[in-house]
Amino acid sequence: MSDTLHIQHGVASHGHSGEPHVHHHKETFISKYIFSMDHKMIAKQFLVTGIIWAIIGGLFSVLFRLQLGFPDQSFPILETFFGRWAEGGKIKPEFYYALTTMHGTVLIFFVLTAGLSGTFANLLIPLQVGARDMASPFMNMLSYWMFFAASIVMLSSLFTQTGPAAGGWTVYPPLSALGLASQGSKSGMDLWIIAMTLFVASQLLGGLNYISTILNMRTKGMSMTRLPLTIWALLFTAILGVLSFPVLLSGLVLLMFDRHLGTSFYLSDIFVAGQALPNEGGSAILYQHLFWFLGHPEVYIIIMPTMGLASEILAINSRKPIFGYMAMIASLMAICVLAFLVWAHHMFVTGMNPFLGSVFVLLTLLIAIPSAIKVFNWITTIWRGNIRFTPGMLFAIGFVSIFISGGLTGIFLGNSTIDIHLHDTMFVIAHFHIVMGVSAFFGMFAGIYHWFPKMFGRYMNNTLGYIHFWVTIVCAYLIFWPMHYQGFAGMPRRYLDKSSWVSFGQFHSLDAMITVVTIIVFAVQLMFVFNYFYSMYKGRRVRTQNPWDATTLEWTTPIHPGHGNWDGEIPEVHRWAYDYGKDGRDFIPQTEPVGENESSH
Amino acid sequence: MQNFLIFAILILGFIITFQIARASEFVSVIRGEEKTRKQTNKINAALLLVFLIVGLFGVYWAHHTLGDKILKLGSSASDHGILVDRMLKYTIITTGLVFFGTQILLFWYSFKYQESDKRTVYYFPHNNKLELLWTVVPAIVLTILIGFGIVYWYRITGAAPENAMQIEVTGSQFKWEFRYPGKDGVFGKKYYKNIDEVHDNPLGQIWEDAANHDDVYVSGQMHLVVGKPVRLIIGAKDVIHSVGLPHFRLKMDAVPGTPTTLWFTPIKTTKDMIKETGNSKFVYELACDQMCGAGHTGMRGEIIVETQEEFDQWMASQKPKYVQMKEAAAPAAPAAGATASKDSTAAPAATDSVKAVTADTATAVKKDSAGKK
Repeated sequence: MSDTLHIQHGVASHGHSGEPHVHHHKETFISKYIFSMDHKMIAKQFLVTGIIWAIIGGLFSVLFRLQLGFPDQSFPILETFFGRWAEGGKIKPEFYYALTTMHGTVLIFFVLTAGLSGTFANLLIPLQVGARDMASPFMNMLSYWMFFAASIVMLSSLFTQTGPAAGGWTVYPPLSALGLASQGSKSGMDLWIIAMTLFVASQLLGGLNYISTILNMRTKGMSMTRLPLTIWALLFTAILGVLSFPVLLSGLVLLMFDRHLGTSFYLSDIFVAGQALPNEGGSAILYQHLFWFLGHPEVYIIIMPTMGLASEILAINSRKPIFGYMAMIASLMAICVLAFLVWAHHMFVTGMNPFLGSVFVLLTLLIAIPSAIKVFNWITTIWRGNIRFTPGMLFAIGFVSIFISGGLTGIFLGNSTIDIHLHDTMFVIAHFHIVMGVSAFFGMFAGIYHWFPKMFGRYMNNTLGYIHFWVTIVCAYLIFWPMHYQGFAGMPRRYLDKSSWVSFGQFHSLDAMITVVTIIVFAVQLMFVFNYFYSMYKGRRVRTQNPWDATTLEWTTPIHPGHGNWDGEIPEVHRWAYDYGKDGRDFIPQTEPVGENESSH
Repeated sequence: MQNFLIFAILILGFIITFQIARASEFVSVIRGEEKTRKQTNKINAALLLVFLIVGLFGVYWAHHTLGDKILKLGSSASDHGILVDRMLKYTIITTGLVFFGTQILLFWYSFKYQESDKRTVYYFPHNNKLELLWTVVPAIVLTILIGFGIVYWYRITGAAPENAMQIEVTGSQFKWEFRYPGKDGVFGKKYYKNIDEVHDNPLGQIWEDAANHDDVYVSGQMHLVVGKPVRLIIGAKDVIHSVGLPHFRLKMDAVPGTPTTLWFTPIKTTKDMIKETGNSKFVYELACDQMCGAGHTGMRGEIIVETQEEFDQWMASQKPKYVQMKEAAAPAAPAAGATASKDSTAAPAATDSVKAVTADTATAVKKDSAGKK
């Protein structure tokens, strides 16, 4: 079926390309830079918005790390900027929890979901499958603007009188449902829900577009098994998003009902702030099921695109084919399926039936198998290669290292017997920051350094790139490795001051060290942002069409591709994307027909 | 002023780094980009190796400095905690081997196979045997871990022994409250709408239920008997909390409207732990582990594990809430004690029928409150 579809499309696009597509319609400033329907411009919009959010979210972490690292010290500058939220230069608990909640929400959803898939799905799908644009450029534009609207609403929640949502990024009710229980559950929470609703709409518009483009708009000869792994990863990511985001939305709608319409979906037997509420018969745990049905796939929505990016960059810079292409696809598929079957491992200690818990232990630990396959395949890919350490490649290697470190601690937490001890401790913080925060960022950085020449026709500054990589990887390990020890000491997460505790007071100097390192690494990220914008205008120009000697289609487009990507016909594809080092040739582009004497693989 | 200075230094550092970076780009153009690229390639390859070595040393050093600040494996203060520690040990060994193996290979290969004009790469797109190997081996290892995990999990979450002591734990913003069933061994019924903190009814006990009359209420501190299994019936009044017991290696959420349970046997008294840790201020702490609002950090409870005699002595000194309530109401005018007087007439009639039903408080209370609607 897919064959007939793409042949039809091939015909259609050939008809189109008879006329010079690029100069066909006049572009104004607004249609080119703002309400653009060009996938490449939309990708840049997602990326820039993501960068802005990352600075905000990162800054939040610096602020609450100040409190964690130096609980006794006051920082008058905080009062200057935040007024009553930091009276006397000390972060108030309400402020602290608003910061952590927003840090989580912003980085998970706005940066590592929208900023990451939004950027690379938009940029790479049409370019690598050989299409002139997305299946629906208009929906694609709408996807960005929905995200933009979500951003505006979320940003506005920061400025409300009672502050933004402060119940943790998971916003568990009843805490998030009752304004009586927490300041952050007042208007800030409503804005949070509205922003997330817009966000889900944005994700669905984008996701459906990505899926239909990959399935229907591949160029002639581009069978599914000739697709680069980036595209496979983005396909599974989109599928996960499309199937799981609506469930989050349903959960949030019910939460909104509980907040304002007097329903009792999540509320039961509540006595708060001196008064008994009328709600009876609801289940707070129901929300957790609905939330984690998205929440767990969400972590794969974050990590899978970077797996694709890293696979591609590792192969290109090792000058070797990716090892086990089919196994890589199969493991992505296995992760995609299992992602839907493990959500309750976040809920082992909610009083869930122990038998059900054991089923989720089994399914959760199964995910380690496809993950292990991917790691071994990446290592085998660089084995006996001829490695070029571009900044992108270094970040890809760093990605693998960090993914290993964070993935292994998942085996601790996925096992309910250990989780009953380590659940909601700093161990969890260390685990998920490493495995989906830092490693996803490494994959994203790798992607940005690698595809920057395609986005802007210029290179980013290499020296700054190297400094960025080395400082970031060292700091990432310095910050998160010791946090495991805090977890092993049983220290709960989301505690802002341990002075009243006998059991958790022994990490003063460690916390201070982590805070200092956080500030350093944040400054270096700002340097990256500077490098990004500086290089956009002043970077070294790209002079060859294919600067990395890569095989894939995006490097057959002009250095500055117009809307429509290829000036003439879309090239035909004759082989898979990983013919590096074959038959003594450095690389063979996908567009080159298979020669008569070529060895097969 | 100080802030301004720090800011200025940061900006300066920024500018210097940037100028160096820019200059290095010009230099590379002058010297020949290819030559510079090869040189940086060598430097980065070497740095990767250095990072591996320093990183491995860092792992050792982190353990050296932080290792004695954590809960010692195998030093758990509960029987179930011993299982948790054992599972933790198996998992650390397994994942540790994988960690060192893969990280060493990753960085060593990166260094060893750095670009060189002499090397031709090995075209190696796939190998079924290898792929099968690293599918099957992790599968076997994980099966073992899952096996142990599930067996232990069932032991930890299985039914509590018959002789287990029962304690009801209630979390609310931002404190822990405990209720002992008293001499009759039965918890009286409660209903959340009866909660009245002013009139000595913080848990919403239904005074008509005579099983409530000997129930002992304590706030902030829970007493347990060493060697005697204890079953906690956990609930919450307002938002979700979590009973975190780091020294017992256990945890269970406190969910409003949905009681949960957790049982274990404490095996070390508080005094034992003071001796073991060498910390004269040691006390078992009950930490709220689920984000519950602005006071989450301070939601602390204490647990005293003691011998049966010490426990009995302590228990004897406790006055049931019902008695306290009566005493408080007695000197007041009859009009003021409306609830109490109504209660005193209703109580005798209700006594027998109620006692028969309250076999399992958790479910009984639930049913009762549902029935009230």
